[in-house]
Amino acid sequence: MNGWKRSGRGAKARLVATMEVQEAAVLRGLIGEVRQMLAARTAENPADELGELTGMRIGPSAGPEDRVLARLLPDFSRDDANLSAALRSLHEPALIEAKEAASAVVLETLPEHGGRVELTVEQADAWLAALNDVRLALGTALDVTEDLPEELPPDDARSAHLGVYQWLTFVQDALVQSRMQLR
Amino acid sequence: MPSSTRKVDPVIDESGTAQTPWQAIVWNDPVNLMSYVTYVLQKLFGYPEPKATALMLDVHHKGKAAVSSGDKEKIETDVAKLHAAGLWATMQRT
Repeated sequence: MNGWKRSGRGAKARLVATMEVQEAAVLRGLIGEVRQMLAARTAENPADELGELTGMRIGPSAGPEDRVLARLLPDFSRDDANLSAALRSLHEPALIEAKEAASAVVLETLPEHGGRVELTVEQADAWLAALNDVRLALGTALDVTEDLPEELPPDDARSAHLGVYQWLTFVQDALVQSRMQLR
Repeated sequence: MPSSTRKVDPVIDESGTAQTPWQAIVWNDPVNLMSYVTYVLQKLFGYPEPKATALMLDVHHKGKAAVSSGDKEKIETDVAKLHAAGLWATMQRT
């Protein structure tokens, strides 16, 4: 993957990249893991009859205990626990759906064995959100900090994963830059 | 906004919600890219690039920035959109 190139103009504008076999496998794998975490969170919260009747889904009021999920599904308030609880149950189902929809776009447009990826503007926005979620998940699991060195000592257990994280950073940053020139 | 010379009795809002200003706050985060945060602020709020960049730099250097303000319902919607984009955002009364 050498960055994103623009092809076409106006409504026909596309952002194009080529992914190696391993790159596609890594990204699809991470996307799949985040999707599983979100699906497990949804499954913890069985649909109530009233919700099925009214179409108004009510999510859980308590935040996830898992810190990766907690970062993907943040509180609405820092100091008002009641407000956070009320707004979480109101908004969390839609937030999870938005994340699932964005990651589904990546799975649909990224060939399983790598190759050409060609995105419309809307698909590029879905990629940006999904790439960000994957980076949030991996970054939280790796305890990434702003002053994290480019390379960790080889005996650091996070060393191999950090390379993947940095590759995702490159893919996302390059896509933002290309996307910003497309309006 | 130009001020009116005509005196108007203040309207008291009994519900206590409609006139209460709220803010959406974006917090600094070691993962979110500066370029992405700027892009999200432009896209969600229609801010011109210099304003979005200034807000992003506030988040980066000061740890947080108020990125929008308004009534509770609007800010709730704004925070939900920021969460969907993956930014670490909360709402608070001004």
